[in-house]
Amino acid sequence: MSAERTLMRGSNVIAESAIMAGCRFFAGYPITPQNELPEHMAARMPQVGGTFIQGESETASINMIMGAAMTGARAMTSSSSPGVSLKQEAISFMCGMELPAVVVNVMRGGPGLGSLAPSQGDYFQSTRGGGHGDYRVLVLAPGNLQEMANLVYKAFDLADKYRNPVMVVGDGLMGQMMEPVVLPEPVNPASLPKGGWELTGAKGREKRKIYSMILGQGELLEHCHHLQDKYDRMEAEDTMWESLYTEDAEVIVVAYATAARVMEGAVKRLRREGHKVGLFRPITLFPFPKAQLRALAGEGRCIAVFELSMGQMVEDVALSVGQRSEIHLYGLPSTIPTPTQAREFLYSVVKGDGKVGRRYEI
Amino acid sequence: MSQPTREKTFTRPRALTQADTHYCPGCGHGVAHRLLAECIDEFDLREKTIGIAPVGCAVFAYNYFDVDMCEAPHGRPLAMASGIKRMLPEHFVFTYQGDGDLASIGAAETIHAANRGENLTTVFINNAIYGMTGGQMAPTTVLGLEATTAPGGREAKRDGRPLNITAMLALSDGVVYAERCALNSVKGVRAAKKAIRKAVRAQMDGLGFSIVELLSPCPTNWKMSPAQAWKWIDDVMTQTYPVGLIKDATGYED
Repeated sequence: MSAERTLMRGSNVIAESAIMAGCRFFAGYPITPQNELPEHMAARMPQVGGTFIQGESETASINMIMGAAMTGARAMTSSSSPGVSLKQEAISFMCGMELPAVVVNVMRGGPGLGSLAPSQGDYFQSTRGGGHGDYRVLVLAPGNLQEMANLVYKAFDLADKYRNPVMVVGDGLMGQMMEPVVLPEPVNPASLPKGGWELTGAKGREKRKIYSMILGQGELLEHCHHLQDKYDRMEAEDTMWESLYTEDAEVIVVAYATAARVMEGAVKRLRREGHKVGLFRPITLFPFPKAQLRALAGEGRCIAVFELSMGQMVEDVALSVGQRSEIHLYGLPSTIPTPTQAREFLYSVVKGDGKVGRRYEI
Repeated sequence: MSQPTREKTFTRPRALTQADTHYCPGCGHGVAHRLLAECIDEFDLREKTIGIAPVGCAVFAYNYFDVDMCEAPHGRPLAMASGIKRMLPEHFVFTYQGDGDLASIGAAETIHAANRGENLTTVFINNAIYGMTGGQMAPTTVLGLEATTAPGGREAKRDGRPLNITAMLALSDGVVYAERCALNSVKGVRAAKKAIRKAVRAQMDGLGFSIVELLSPCPTNWKMSPAQAWKWIDDVMTQTYPVGLIKDATGYED
């Protein structure tokens, strides 16, 4: 199965790639637009000797995967925006307790129940640590289904590497669409190295305890420094991005996932028409490829931010670029963005007529 | 005269550490910890036990049990335990929870884990009050008991009625064993030991969810002496929460 190209739906790609990565525990609660993912897991987990539980809530589901993670198992949960809000408590705990797990957010429009349309409105929630306390999660934002397969697979390795939850974000469009995909090679969970922290019963060793309450004078400060060292290491070692035509571009579009996919077509079209435009696509939203974007700014270049929210990633763009370049923003929350909308924004920035989107001031 | 024979008849259970207690004088947690640890020893489970501490007074339970342990977010121990047990089905997995954790913020996780028939054991400490946070009203606070958030004592009309969650859980077919005991007398402690032993056995035999509710004194927040607290359990608390067997579908002969 693995070496073949198979036409698959996004939700199934996520589920199957997780199984290939050795995920053997999944818990989730129904919410549109990601129901195909837990449904796939409900059918497949028993076939691979794994466990699927439909939790009574998103909160319970993520606490179940936290339990599975305590034993060293590769575990995953998925949901969509309102459900991911409910998972934030446990994500904070898992960061504090340094537990690896993968959390998938197939984003929908918000705030509140919002809409089912594609959205990128959970950028802040994902990248700023949507729960309480000083923490970060690695956030992966694949741009097509092959990359989705590769990054879901990689997410489990990164979670283990950093002993930290890793979030994979998409939207309803990516969850529903179908593309040919080559799935990664299956991992045998028994072959995965042990970390020496897992709860397996204190047989022939001292007992282990995993907890997040650290009351001793100065101890939490020390723990937060230890966590920050990991976040710094994520930035140094695992920041991912992709550039297209940025070398000589006068306008560089910054967009990720679905927005980048639509923008890529527009950038190619404008290039054919002779406009010097390029695309910068962050693949990790945290760590954001700050230095890489900063290196492209300045020298009269314009930065054009296109995202499916009122303007969230634009703050990271502004932090990266500073005053080096003008920043223009076109935010389209809860929308299936059309190639025409993407092109019109680009034309507007190229001409500098300000007709589409708005100037983003720091 | 010959030397008197000296024999050790009372020792610390292997499954307990020598950590100094942080519990208040007269609190029932220490006794409950010991009873569970004795049962873990009796079934020779220390090396295959995973325990889950709650949020509340027993948050530091992992310092007292000499077994692998973790701490759950408030109310979530049984969801977490479900994940652990499904991955380690041969292990003994227990949650140790207070009334706020189990019956208020964690009511959904408690009911659904029990109703799924998760093969788990819960020791439920009912002291009718929030201890760690300083005496606020618990879901189990009995009518009339003074709490910092129920000034003048709990009133049904204003504050709702005490929740008998163990009896509610017993309605589910997933629950194989439920018993309530009181830690305010030698007789009660002995009954509690017997109940915990049965609850542990039920899990190791794979029968389903087992729970032992322990009425436990909290002299500090009840604003009583330990002796008054013991008496209050008999005189008042057991009127709302009668001690005894609630459900036994284990088929064990006592």
